[in-house]
Amino acid sequence: MHTRVIGKSVPRKEGPAKVTGSARYVDDFTLPDMLYGVTVRSSVARGRIRQIHFGADIPWNEFTIVTAEDIPAQNCVALIIEDQPCLADRIVNHPEEPVVLLAHPDKNLLQEARRLVRIEFEPLPAIFTIDESLAKREVIWGEDNIFASFQVEKGNVDKVWDRADFIVEGEYQTAAQEHLYIEPQGMMARASVAEGVTVWGSLQCPYYAHKALARLFGLPNERVRVVQMETGGGFGGKEEYPSMIACHAALLAWKSRKPVKIVYDRAEDMVSTTKRHPSRTRHRTGVARDGKLIAMDIDFTIDGGAYETLSPVVLSRGTIHAAGPYNCPNVRIRSRAVATNAPPHGAFRGFGAPQSVFALERHLDRVAKLIGLEPEQLRRRNFIEPGDRIAVGQVIHEKVDMARLMDRAFELSGYHAKQKGFQANNSHSVIKKGIGFAAFFHGAGFTGSGEEYLASEAALEATTEGRVRVLAGSTEMGQGTNTIFAQIAAETLGLDCDQIEISQPDTAQVPNSGPTVASRTAMIVGGLVESAARRMQKSLFETGLLKPGYDAKSFADACRDYIDQFGALKSFVKYEYPRDLHWDQESYQGDAYGAYAWAVYVAEVSVDMRTAEVRVDDFVAVQEVGKVINPVLAAGQIEGGVAQGIGLALYENVVWQQGRMMNGQMTNYIMPTSMDVPPIRVFFEEIPYGQGPAGAKGVGELPLDGTAPAIANAIAHATGADIKRVPVTPEVLLEMLESAHA
Amino acid sequence: MLEAACKIRVSCELNGQSMTLEAYPMARLLDVLREQFGLTGTKEGCGEGECGACSVEIDGELVNSCLVPVLQADNTKIRTIEGVAEAPRLHALQQAFLTHGGAQCGICTPGMILAAMNLLARHPQPTEAEIREGLAGNLCRCTGYTKIFESVVEASRQTERRA
Repeated sequence: MHTRVIGKSVPRKEGPAKVTGSARYVDDFTLPDMLYGVTVRSSVARGRIRQIHFGADIPWNEFTIVTAEDIPAQNCVALIIEDQPCLADRIVNHPEEPVVLLAHPDKNLLQEARRLVRIEFEPLPAIFTIDESLAKREVIWGEDNIFASFQVEKGNVDKVWDRADFIVEGEYQTAAQEHLYIEPQGMMARASVAEGVTVWGSLQCPYYAHKALARLFGLPNERVRVVQMETGGGFGGKEEYPSMIACHAALLAWKSRKPVKIVYDRAEDMVSTTKRHPSRTRHRTGVARDGKLIAMDIDFTIDGGAYETLSPVVLSRGTIHAAGPYNCPNVRIRSRAVATNAPPHGAFRGFGAPQSVFALERHLDRVAKLIGLEPEQLRRRNFIEPGDRIAVGQVIHEKVDMARLMDRAFELSGYHAKQKGFQANNSHSVIKKGIGFAAFFHGAGFTGSGEEYLASEAALEATTEGRVRVLAGSTEMGQGTNTIFAQIAAETLGLDCDQIEISQPDTAQVPNSGPTVASRTAMIVGGLVESAARRMQKSLFETGLLKPGYDAKSFADACRDYIDQFGALKSFVKYEYPRDLHWDQESYQGDAYGAYAWAVYVAEVSVDMRTAEVRVDDFVAVQEVGKVINPVLAAGQIEGGVAQGIGLALYENVVWQQGRMMNGQMTNYIMPTSMDVPPIRVFFEEIPYGQGPAGAKGVGELPLDGTAPAIANAIAHATGADIKRVPVTPEVLLEMLESAHA
Repeated sequence: MLEAACKIRVSCELNGQSMTLEAYPMARLLDVLREQFGLTGTKEGCGEGECGACSVEIDGELVNSCLVPVLQADNTKIRTIEGVAEAPRLHALQQAFLTHGGAQCGICTPGMILAAMNLLARHPQPTEAEIREGLAGNLCRCTGYTKIFESVVEASRQTERRA
């Protein structure tokens, strides 16, 4: 297919503002008469609030003070269910749970005042691990601490164990991971009975905050407005938590009758906002001598923290990805999300899949080793092919060719030569080198019938100058929404990207395009933009104002004439769930995703045996993501995701004590710097997807799934250590090396 | 309560213009730039000198402005991101970040560009190791740094061509 702007590396739409420092983020704004807001939080993991003391030497009468009692309607941060309070009332269920809000014009005095609010608690027994939660040592949520559980059945694992030549078991763990977007969370609000509630802030999902505010204040939808400011990174961390801050800022504004801004400092952001769910996965795998998988029995558990928030959905994606892109006739996946007294874990790029994919890809390397096959042989014998069914029964109709992706990744990384060569040299070196890979897939869009339920909308609007504005609730947070929407609209309308404007996501101006999550923006909302553009063009053709083969000037003339004659030229499109997709939530069977990205990643590492430090020396990422709309932006997504995956694999270690993050600083929570990343070499295979705009699928989350297991497999190859968890910090690796020698 | 301190007068050259300001001596340069001068291109990412989002140049040295008390800025020349473009044209680095995908969310970008300028001033044709070292104090969570390295290399080529 010939394209003019799709497939071209059009520079980022908002790029000039970003490189000159003129892009405005929430902390760059002030309103006249604005107050600053802060949050006073729980110091215990679980307990009853006895009393709140306001210390001496603070002019409290100058402060706006908000507690749960001040909430106009329902005390919850509405999301899927309403179990999370906006401000704790009587009971707290995790450290750092918000209890009191303060506002004052003087930031310094405000900090002093926050320190002098003392909340007296009667502590209650708390639970902090998956095991404690499953054992119901204390029941802290519902009747059994279980937020959600799923069971996937394909074939019958119980009947085939005796047919297996080998049965291999393993247990794998992944740790919490902090998003560490470089812009901390922040919101600014204006609220009054007369005006309703408006918030501006750093967020991914304007309509999530909108729903939460309407519920909190008991206001009709039209009296609540949420505006996204330039957002300095999200990665899932600004999916659900911003609703909480929006509610807090709005409550302070409502009570003080002044605008209020709350911007977290780094420490507050790190200790109190969401993290990637810690996980534990158990595998029991039956395999024939030739490497054919006979049975996969998978048990997947994630720690959801104190409130349900998004845990059931994270669990769902993790569950569906747990058996990977392999065709095994008998699969059982049992999964659950459990409650602990930690701040709720939440959305984080990959959304449960990085956890279960780590377990699977590490496990398959261990299976191969135990049965005497090369890791690649085991994968190649079992790769899913067109027409095969994945664990949830979905028949894969895409032209998937995992073996080809693997061939290409191995060729580009020099895998075979290195796999042999490294082992020859390692015996006489303190620096041991290794190479490893992971093969995986990632579903684009909401899981199951999620997209049907969301029924997203987007619109295009033309001006009399022939400029076209995209109206969508999808947010730009660095990943490139603005640019790819402009490219899709420009391509379809035969215009240049410069003629396309992107409306700022503002719930008063744009329709609800669904949340900016789940690798869905390009494929789903981009598809709506494409349809809306086609519809706009059709309207102009039908009126005879525009003729095929038009140029920009005749397009502008046609827009002007259309608006003169008929009024606004606007085309709305609502998502229609493809008729050939079916998902059954009860049996957990069906078409889990409309499309998948497929990938093979190869990591090369050096391990210093004296210090147990690991360096990633080279990284090759080969993936098939459908048509690539913008090669520079798409490669940027993969490179950034791989870097976060390196963090997940090697460095990023949340130290917990009684449910509280103890290393909530950039000095002691370590993310990769420019010194830590290898060359990240990104390659795309492009097989256009029929339902995506110009053939695009999703790309954003994919790189988080395969990076950590590829690195862990490389470390195992280098050292022989039986890696079963990440991050592989030097302490962890030393322990593993010692147990390997014991 | 905080002891009332006395404000001091600080004179400096800010993005090529002479300025005089009054501030508490220990006020962070970051806050003075953002709040008194409205130069909000300088960002706060961590407030403890780890992330580099608040990087500015003082007398040609790259510093974290969150760690600099404003009294140290007296009689200095300060450059922030707002002083980088040779208006109306972008600086070669800014242009390279734009075309090579060096900026994603943009929050680290001003500091990163100042760090890259500082690097190119010291090493007009930097090696890969020099680029990595030169940018090591500036964290980016979006790009994995690869496209930032490419942007810096491209800008150094541009500068070479012009020289």
